[in-house]
Amino acid sequence: MADDDERGVVLTEEQKRRRRSRSLAIALALAALVCLFYLVTIFKMGANVANRAL
Amino acid sequence: MSLIQEDRLERAAIPALPGPSLAGVEDYLALLKPRVMSLVVVTALTGIVAAPHGIHPVLAAISLLCIAIGAGASGALNMWWDADIDAVMARTANRPVPSGRVTPGEALGFGATLSAGSVLMLGLTANWLAAGLLAFTIFFYVVIYTMWLKRWTPQNIVIGGLAGAMPPMVGWAAATGSVSLGSAVLVAIIFMWTPPHFWALALVKSDDYRRAGVPMLPCVAGPDETRRQILLYAIALAPLGVAPAFIGLGGPAYLAVSVVVGLVFVQRAWVVWRVREGEAARRAAMGLFGFSLLHLFALFFTLLAEKALGVAALPDLLGGWM
Repeated sequence: MADDDERGVVLTEEQKRRRRSRSLAIALALAALVCLFYLVTIFKMGANVANRAL
Repeated sequence: MSLIQEDRLERAAIPALPGPSLAGVEDYLALLKPRVMSLVVVTALTGIVAAPHGIHPVLAAISLLCIAIGAGASGALNMWWDADIDAVMARTANRPVPSGRVTPGEALGFGATLSAGSVLMLGLTANWLAAGLLAFTIFFYVVIYTMWLKRWTPQNIVIGGLAGAMPPMVGWAAATGSVSLGSAVLVAIIFMWTPPHFWALALVKSDDYRRAGVPMLPCVAGPDETRRQILLYAIALAPLGVAPAFIGLGGPAYLAVSVVVGLVFVQRAWVVWRVREGEAARRAAMGLFGFSLLHLFALFFTLLAEKALGVAALPDLLGGWM
């Protein structure tokens, strides 16, 4: 019992597998968001992206 | 005794928190109601494509993604709020929240984050009118329909159906920055289609709804009145389905398809109204439910196909005759 307290919550293999898949999905969603913001910037602004005051 | 140990002792008195999440990615996808989302994608895409002036295809695709995710987010918020009634209905008992795979807090956080993100992203991608309409749609579905109307009145899906009907107008606004008669007619078609679609299912699942305390029309007004209303809505829907052909949205193929599927819809509603007993009545109701999905997809796919093939709208083809 004391050992369990020291180790905190111990995940089962199934819980670890599901947490890994959730983490991967979040990483992919973040990468997709980066791509979306890039695409929106380029296609909304077009050549104006490079047009800024120095 | 160290401070850390004291803290641990105090924590033992606090009720146990839920254990580590067992939710998989597929559970979060299920929260988005993918089948409803597919309907939203088709109708919103039709709004984007049918609009008089276009938007860059890449921006159109991102706008469509935002509308789909907004719809999915409202589905997640619906499942968060309705977990108690989902748990007692056979059709919904295995959803992620009532089955315990996703906690209500996780569903709320997921739905709220995606709602805000999809609205902001649509505003940045297309325009703020479209984003405002998407925000209104999410608000109407979650607050007006889910939290208020669904458990209060048998007109729940009549009024609440507006939320499901809005995607073509959001798509149209994303493409043009405005709304017009064309988008309103597309909204009206889905609005008029929703009651007979859901009441056909409710006729068969009325025991489920009764057990959950949801005042669907068959539970409150009885199956006979529900059948009468289904027939009336089907009769009203038929001419409305044809209307896009006469306001410059649809061409000859759309006219033909909308007339045929509109008449078949009325015929099936008539069978539901006439056959009221036993297995035949159940089959008639489920037949109408299944056909209603085909009906809506047929109308919107035909509009999309005509636009993709460059078929001129009927008034343009007929010139001075209309």
